[in-house]
Amino acid sequence: MSEMAGKLFSWVNSRLPIVNTFERHLSKHPVPSKVNFWYLFGALAAVTLIIQIVSGIWLIMPYSNTEEQAFSSIEYIMRDVDYGWVIRYIHTTGASLFFAVVYLHMFRGLLYGSYQKPKELVWIFGCTIYLAMMAEGFLGYVLPYGQMSYWGAQVIISLFGAIPYIGESLELWVRGDYYISGITVSRFFALHVVALPLVLIALVFLHLVALHEVGAGNPEGVDIEEYLDDDGVPLDSVPFFPYKVLNALVAIGVFMTVFSIIMFFFPEGGGYFIEMANFQEANPLVTPEHIAPVWYYAPFYTMLRAIPDPLGGLIVMAAAVAIFFIVPWLDRSKVASIRYKGIYSKIALTMFGVSFLTLGYLGTVGVTEIRKTMSVICTVIYFSYFLLMPIYTKYEITKEVPKRL
Amino acid sequence: MQEKDKTRRKVLIGLTSAVGLSGLPFVATPFIAAWNPSAKAKAAGAAVKLDVSKMQYGQQIQVAWRKQPVFIVRHTKESLAGLDLSLDKLADPNSDQIIEPYKGLNPSRSKNPEYSVMSGVCTHLGCSPKYHPEVEPKAWDASWKGGFFCPCHGSMFDIVGRVYKGVPAPTNLVVPPHMFEGTILTIGEDKEL
Repeated sequence: MSEMAGKLFSWVNSRLPIVNTFERHLSKHPVPSKVNFWYLFGALAAVTLIIQIVSGIWLIMPYSNTEEQAFSSIEYIMRDVDYGWVIRYIHTTGASLFFAVVYLHMFRGLLYGSYQKPKELVWIFGCTIYLAMMAEGFLGYVLPYGQMSYWGAQVIISLFGAIPYIGESLELWVRGDYYISGITVSRFFALHVVALPLVLIALVFLHLVALHEVGAGNPEGVDIEEYLDDDGVPLDSVPFFPYKVLNALVAIGVFMTVFSIIMFFFPEGGGYFIEMANFQEANPLVTPEHIAPVWYYAPFYTMLRAIPDPLGGLIVMAAAVAIFFIVPWLDRSKVASIRYKGIYSKIALTMFGVSFLTLGYLGTVGVTEIRKTMSVICTVIYFSYFLLMPIYTKYEITKEVPKRL
Repeated sequence: MQEKDKTRRKVLIGLTSAVGLSGLPFVATPFIAAWNPSAKAKAAGAAVKLDVSKMQYGQQIQVAWRKQPVFIVRHTKESLAGLDLSLDKLADPNSDQIIEPYKGLNPSRSKNPEYSVMSGVCTHLGCSPKYHPEVEPKAWDASWKGGFFCPCHGSMFDIVGRVYKGVPAPTNLVVPPHMFEGTILTIGEDKEL
């Protein structure tokens, strides 16, 4: 029996590179021997992507993408489909946690210089994944056709209208109707469940292929390729499988616990994961008293509101995301990790973190004069972190990076 | 390969690519055009008619045209007389910055001075402003003269939909094409335009 299985395996393996791929990307793929918890969020993001795909496929089955049925089909899923509420809450909790994990993953990148040469492309694919996620999240939020789906989409689609000359016809073209109707919902549905997931999966593939080509980083910013053993394997490395895989499994266990607690006990996340206004069906004639985006868009929404002109707001908001793409060329430091960078980098990153969180808070609350001023100040700090980076990273005093990990 | 053949190959590759690429706009056309409003959507977006003679003075009603709110206000004599009092607070009192169909016809910006007809969609980001006709101090303006206030981002408009200075909304509320036949108001169509 086992002989037959062995024969079958070698028959397949000589036609499909199973062993090669397993060795190259897992059992013989060297990764730095010393990393910390910040290096776990990539794996968690991959797990969340799978959760989203599986729960998403199950949600497509009972969901109805028409103007009349969209909202009631969500209620149908929640009340009448066996365990439908679990599937839906997995998907909504997954969406928020996907962003949480990706934000931490991106912060790790800024913290330890994970974008520096030769990892520029890994970083750029990552930024593109984030961009695709933002689009995916927005499209998905429209599908229940609740009040916040409708008015959130109204605000976002109006942004196209701010583009000079072509704006208004572009808006009409995106909606396919004079308001956000069933026509809009069904095309967003197609993009949300087919087009963007394909793009996301392709980008994740490229992100990983590029990463495996240049090798993972570490919190010390040490280049482990400098010291190799006789077989050309870095001395300060361990094979990805089993060391990192088992390591990640522990993290996944903790993550799943948090996931389950949110999903079973706080699925609305206090109105931050699913906004309360979205439990009412969309009504194009009545704007909810308070329109706020879901928490993961809030920092950018605050920037949009801080600028009095819609086109200016659109440009600033787009720039806030786009600027991530050029970080590898903004950082002129000789060292990668924050541990060896100078005091200016440390202050700048702290200020950036605080301003990002403040912008996030401001995006979820109403506008007052003081908050408006704070939004402007935080937007300035946010951009200063990036735009001044070539200066403070070049002229600050850095510490000597050790040779070995 | 000879130099002559190389050049020949380059020319052929260029020509083939050009012919192939010229087909791209043709292939793209149905995919782009399929996103335009369909014939059904266009038909559903046709003009709406209503009788406005039953409206009270000072009353605002909201009708849906293309499922978007359109505000109709029947003005009192006092509110019409008060229109000029807060001109200095307005960003564009004469609607010079937008294309307005009934510009300069009357202060109500409509075809019938007793009524104002305007889109109930905030020119900032498309929320629907709320009608606050009372002349009294408000949380958003201590010297409020009556008008529309947008709860989303705090834009203010006067009673005929003209935008205040220093608010997020860039322009006055849009006046849709409309016409009066007696007391019958048609929104979305104007035979004289």
